[in-house]
Amino acid sequence: MSRLGPLFNTLRAENRRAVVPYLVAGDPDEALTVPLMHSLVEAGADIIEVGVPFSDPMSEGPTIQKGHERALEGGTSLLSTLALVKQFRETNTETPLVLMGYANPLERKGYAAVADACAEAGIDGLITVDLPPEEVAAMNAELQRQNIDNIFLISPTTSDERVATITAQASGFIYYVALKGVTGAGHLDTDAVEAHLATIRQHTNLPVAVGFGIKDADTAATVAGCADAVVVGSALVDLVANDLSSGGSHTSAISGAHSLISSIRNGVNLATSN
Amino acid sequence: MTIDINPDLYAQVPDEHGRFGIYGGKFVAETLMSALAELESLYNDLKDDPAFLREFDLDLAHYVGRPSPLYEAARWSDMIGGGRIYLKREDLNHTGAHKVNNTIGQALLAKYMGKKRVIAETGAGQHGVASATVAARLGLECHVFMGEEDVRRQALNVYRMKLLGAEVIPVTSGSKTLKDAMNEALRDWVTNVDNTFYIIGTVAGPHPYPMLVRDFQSVIGREARAQSLTMTGKLPDALVACVGGGSNAIGLFHPFLSDNEVAMYGVEAGGKGVETGEHAAPLSAGIPGVLHGNRTYLMQDENGQIMHTHSVSAGLDYPGVGPEHAWLKDIGRVNYVDATDTEALAAFHRVTRVEGIMPALETAHALAYAEKLAAEMTPDQHIIVNLSGRGDKDILTVAEIDGIDLGTR
Ligand SMILES: Cc1ncc(COP(=O)(O)O)c(C=O)c1O
Repeated sequence: MSRLGPLFNTLRAENRRAVVPYLVAGDPDEALTVPLMHSLVEAGADIIEVGVPFSDPMSEGPTIQKGHERALEGGTSLLSTLALVKQFRETNTETPLVLMGYANPLERKGYAAVADACAEAGIDGLITVDLPPEEVAAMNAELQRQNIDNIFLISPTTSDERVATITAQASGFIYYVALKGVTGAGHLDTDAVEAHLATIRQHTNLPVAVGFGIKDADTAATVAGCADAVVVGSALVDLVANDLSSGGSHTSAISGAHSLISSIRNGVNLATSN
Repeated sequence: MTIDINPDLYAQVPDEHGRFGIYGGKFVAETLMSALAELESLYNDLKDDPAFLREFDLDLAHYVGRPSPLYEAARWSDMIGGGRIYLKREDLNHTGAHKVNNTIGQALLAKYMGKKRVIAETGAGQHGVASATVAARLGLECHVFMGEEDVRRQALNVYRMKLLGAEVIPVTSGSKTLKDAMNEALRDWVTNVDNTFYIIGTVAGPHPYPMLVRDFQSVIGREARAQSLTMTGKLPDALVACVGGGSNAIGLFHPFLSDNEVAMYGVEAGGKGVETGEHAAPLSAGIPGVLHGNRTYLMQDENGQIMHTHSVSAGLDYPGVGPEHAWLKDIGRVNYVDATDTEALAAFHRVTRVEGIMPALETAHALAYAEKLAAEMTPDQHIIVNLSGRGDKDILTVAEIDGIDLGTR
């Protein structure tokens, strides 16, 4: 059973917003991933989005592309990503985990096998960037069989009509892509985000997470004013990569990541405390 | 080989979901779905519109120089001593390859949509040049994405694009070739979707691209079919074309698909030999999967990662192939074969010396296979080979391989 529904029920009851860090599994090596995930939870993460490395990550900007490349150099695959998830679950059975990736690794393993492996590892939701509603039915059926949420993306270009069809099929939460562009782009228009979220909420009671373009505590706080969850990706991937490339160790990278997510946690809490 | 396939089948693909059997579709990020829907509905309105078709035909006649000749390569055929080889001379088109047929069509669509900026991906640079050309003519801003490796080996075309006013953006991610250029073009499109038209250069990408590029390129096969009947009194026994993404091949094949007596051969890049793994022959050695918006045969590893490809020709150096080819392979209508780098280079030299026609290295793959095929045929039979482009762009590559220093390095 997915942990996402119960988590959002609790958060709503407490008037809290979720902080959702994104990392690429195996970036830059598999030894970092699980300790980093635990530290993110300690810093206040409510959900972790685990990126599955892919050779052609079409929706990623340069920062996360490089994360995928580093992880692939180390040999991380969909299956080894799930092995890392399993390892994380040895000591954390609470925090919802969402896999985010691209269609081809799923196609290669077969949708049914992927759903089974995700359930076994303890995955709660799946976001597949290049499986829009028109193409996701087969995968979705397998995920439902395992009670895993398929997380749909809605973007600034999604028409009202599409919002209605998407929300009708969605479960877990809706992921609103806050800008036209790739991850890590820098032109977030928070007024426009607020307007779009209002439209989405006319169609669904599901929680709405906002991602793409959230870099720091300030943007996170602003977005948390209207969203149920804020996703922080490039800023975290960049911080870890910079720390390691300037001579840092796993320990220093993890502690840097911890402070980033703590400060975002505080920003988000402030936004909802008044 | 006899083929027994219902001739009505081909008009039924793609279906309304953009599927060719299990292939094709629209596997893109949500942000692009509305742009694809807009393009699809515009194209559905225009594709049978007499005014649109007249504009397209006039451009092809007066700007591109169509129809392109069908030429009997008499001396080469005599040397081989088997079937007769006819060359469909797409190299004589303005800008030197078949690519321009498609860019003319897509530029017209961009014009109807009021887009002021076009982007394109390119491997060999022929599609980039053709895009830069139509952009110059229509006064559109043009950005061309090209893998760093291809920028190096197709330096002449890079300079041509710059002269035409386009900006060439070298792509440094991944394998630095055509697939990475396409990733980058898609990223640009997601970012600038409001004002930008993406001119895809081959029959790949998300629906409706494989369909509309096929339709624009089918002028090749329609002309060739009529020319064959006029010149020889019959249909060809076989068609041969090289397959990168597959646009020149589908353009030649499509109007003949219902003619079950016409055999068809799509020639992929065998690189250093398909058995070495260093090639670009997904139909010969790939597995179905999803990349760049469609389901098709892909060169991929057991984890679904796209593999690096190798070909001496930049335009064939791509790990995927258009979804209609994937379907035509599965139903058995078209035979997909390969030619190696070495075979292609030999054919390049031979046709240049024997016919005075210098083919593109992409095209040379088709010529290499046609030579083998003709040798097994009789003089009353004939083959049409799509001479998809001219080889001027490749002379630096050929010189380098032959160890000749032109003083350009
Ligand atoms: C002359 C020529 N032929 C063939 C190709 C391969 O493309 P396609 O398979 O789409 O025809 C190219 C691509 O750059 C080309 O320039």
